[in-house]
Amino acid sequence: MSQSLRDRTSKKLNEFGKEIVSQIENGQKPSMKIPVRSLSNIKWDENIKLLTLGDKKSKRHFFNVGHARKFMQTLLISSFCKDIVDENIHASIRDMYYNLKHSIGDSKENTFEEQSESDPLIVDIETALETLREQLHLLADRKGVVVGNVKVMDRGDLIDWSKLGSGGWSIPSVVEDITFEDVDADFVLVIEKNAGFERLHEDKFWRKYNCILMGTGGQAARGTRRLIKRLSEEHKLPVYVLTDSDSYGWYIYSVIKSGSMALAHASDQLGTPSAKFIGLTISDIKDYKLEKSVIRANERDLKRAKELLEYPWFNYKEWKQEIKLMLDKKIKAEIEALSSRGLKFLTDTYLPEKLDKKEFLP
Amino acid sequence: MVEEKGPEQATKGKNAEQMAKEHKEISISEFFEKNRHLLGYDNPTRALITVVKEFIDNSLDACEEAMILPRIWLEVKPTTSERFRIMVKDNGPGMMDKRIPQTLGKLLVGSKFYKLVQSRGQQGLGTKGAVMYAQLTTGKPTTIISSTGDGKTSFYELMIDVKKNEPKTISHQYIEDGKQWHGLKIEVEIEGRYVESKSGVASFIQQVAIANPFAEIIFDGPDGRMEFKRGVMEMPPLPKEIKPHPYGVELGVFRRMIQGTSSRTVKSFFTNDFSRVGGISSEEICKLAGIDPKISPKSLDMDNSEKLFKAMKAVKLLRPPTDCLSPLKENLLLSGLRKEIKAEFFSSVTRSPAVYRGNPFQIEVGIAYGGELPPEGTVDIIRLSNRVPLMYQAGDCAITKAIAGTDWKKYGFGQSGKSLPTGPGVIMVHFVSTWVPYTSESKQAVASYDVIIKEIKLALQEAGRRMQKYVSGKRRYELHQQKKKIFERYIPEVAESLEKLTKSNQEVIKAQLQKMAKEVTEVKSFESELEGQDIEETE
Repeated sequence: MSQSLRDRTSKKLNEFGKEIVSQIENGQKPSMKIPVRSLSNIKWDENIKLLTLGDKKSKRHFFNVGHARKFMQTLLISSFCKDIVDENIHASIRDMYYNLKHSIGDSKENTFEEQSESDPLIVDIETALETLREQLHLLADRKGVVVGNVKVMDRGDLIDWSKLGSGGWSIPSVVEDITFEDVDADFVLVIEKNAGFERLHEDKFWRKYNCILMGTGGQAARGTRRLIKRLSEEHKLPVYVLTDSDSYGWYIYSVIKSGSMALAHASDQLGTPSAKFIGLTISDIKDYKLEKSVIRANERDLKRAKELLEYPWFNYKEWKQEIKLMLDKKIKAEIEALSSRGLKFLTDTYLPEKLDKKEFLP
Repeated sequence: MVEEKGPEQATKGKNAEQMAKEHKEISISEFFEKNRHLLGYDNPTRALITVVKEFIDNSLDACEEAMILPRIWLEVKPTTSERFRIMVKDNGPGMMDKRIPQTLGKLLVGSKFYKLVQSRGQQGLGTKGAVMYAQLTTGKPTTIISSTGDGKTSFYELMIDVKKNEPKTISHQYIEDGKQWHGLKIEVEIEGRYVESKSGVASFIQQVAIANPFAEIIFDGPDGRMEFKRGVMEMPPLPKEIKPHPYGVELGVFRRMIQGTSSRTVKSFFTNDFSRVGGISSEEICKLAGIDPKISPKSLDMDNSEKLFKAMKAVKLLRPPTDCLSPLKENLLLSGLRKEIKAEFFSSVTRSPAVYRGNPFQIEVGIAYGGELPPEGTVDIIRLSNRVPLMYQAGDCAITKAIAGTDWKKYGFGQSGKSLPTGPGVIMVHFVSTWVPYTSESKQAVASYDVIIKEIKLALQEAGRRMQKYVSGKRRYELHQQKKKIFERYIPEVAESLEKLTKSNQEVIKAQLQKMAKEVTEVKSFESELEGQDIEETE
């Protein structure tokens, strides 16, 4: 991260503290303003096609028994972040939790009892300071791999994504400082399943179709989402997403495209509104004769599907049709179902046909 | 009452004629011998406590009548593995030498039958029952030493001639020894068993001490000596005697009143021997019964007496006077609880008198809460009737039922359904009346008349409301204290973080925050927290 960005983040943290100190000096009971992150304050911005956070803010007061602990914890995390930003080192959110956890005074109470107490407060600080976890030098769990005809510079190392053997390049949790040296690809194919990634990589799909192949291993991590966004914006590459044909797979796609509710404040950094859905759809089951490989959808799947119908970012007739089809037939299918037509069916038939016909869902 | 239905109970299954033949000469003493289970002598443990109770009642009654602050010495000591010597000595007025045998040796000589007065003993059986029990189980006479303060002391050894229901003097001395004392010392040896439990002797004596805070009691028991000091130096005023109210009299008593009256006409019998019956009411009764008011009561046959009995119940009369009752009142109730129970909060309520079936009665309630009382388990319940603790048959008692039927959750105790409340508490209920409606002859449970249950509940609710105020005030206070602790605990963390963020001096921040914390959590005082709003009562 550049020195100036670090300085900016450090200054934001300093001002956050100063505001509270000046309240105290003026004899006011200290409080901090935190944007509300409940559903009521999450908006769908039709113009930019992203989930965004509204303007509602809540006040966290120190002299309120219900707020005091969180107030204290928020300041602990803020001061921790200021330290590591100033020293230019990074920490995982779990590192931070352990670093800050200690008993308070001579009581049995700990500053944090569980990591689940500190994690949401990081997002509070991100939103309150209009910054990102990455800029606070906090590392989210890394997940996701990528291969393709791309060369990048990462901490002084030149990395060629096409020469990393079977494993591919493991996407770091912070990709801000990575620079693209050479990008030779026509599009980005994002695949939710590790097994599908292995299949396509082994079959050298990315070479044949000149694309960047990215595996997310379930819900895409922040680093992976940011990388997709950068490739899409900086290199104008189309992004196609391949997931299971069920409500969870489709939601993974929507997070990559439109952002998530949990991180609505960072949608503009993490969402790729131009992304398109390549498959699997429920219609594919009939079109590709996968009927024998479908799975019966359970209650949870169906409930989730009904929720998707309500989301404005699924408000496309193509999606409504697919979701209703799933609700009607009460079925779902995995990417691996295509293997019932042969192991290379995905590589040789399904994807080429979809790309050829440009059969994408919005 | 014993002499009315006793013989019938004793020989259930036989008809009255047979019974009359067989038991022509049945005496009340014989009756006792055969029915001791009805009178509190059904097992050795119970018998021991009954003897103690009768002696203590007797001493307290005697002292109160003479308006002497009671000082009572009780000794219970084993003589063999199954026998105990029980001695009670008081500082009461003592008994006149001549009257001792009759008073203590003949059952049912009591003077309490045709007049009504709030007293501990009610059926004139108390001390004599103990004399009888001693004689039955150990064959030993009862020893009495007494003086009325005239420099002479009476020494008696007494037994009871069971057949004749007459006292039998074994030895007697009446000595002019010049000792200036008054009081009575009575000593018996009985078969018994001494068990320490919630219904044991020590617990009984403690409850007596609570119910009679003006009495000093020393209890020298098998396990050592306990002293119960006075909590106050004043006694409640003497209860006044009243004549029976027609609504409260039973047929047997009514007939005996007819036989014993000195009134010459039926009309004057009603106006003289009953309360709340004037000339007009009396004539109304006679008219309703179809009986000439001018005839002598002695001339009434069984049939006519029953007609009058029914008529007097049907005529509209004023409620009986209630100024005859002498409750402990709130101060004495509190004093008794405070001196014996280590709680942090006490409240007491004395209701106005009410009437059940022609008998005036009054309910008093005391509640002790918190402090050293055990926080878990059912609250301790003290049932008192005319200042006497009731130790047995709790389940049958109106007091227990009223307590279980009150919603304690809103007052700060725990309770599941209609069961007894739980938590750190003692609930005391005092039933005061000229005639206590016991459920049986052993006089251990108050009968559950609706009006009695209702009065007890109202008293409990009021005492409960006061307790609730305290409990919620205490909770608010504790919450405040907790808050204060939370802020004080977090301040150093907050100050240190702020220093890291801003380079401001954390000690300065700390001091400012601590000052604010003090302001925020300041409670004027615990008492001011107690002035919370009252809760709504639903009857």
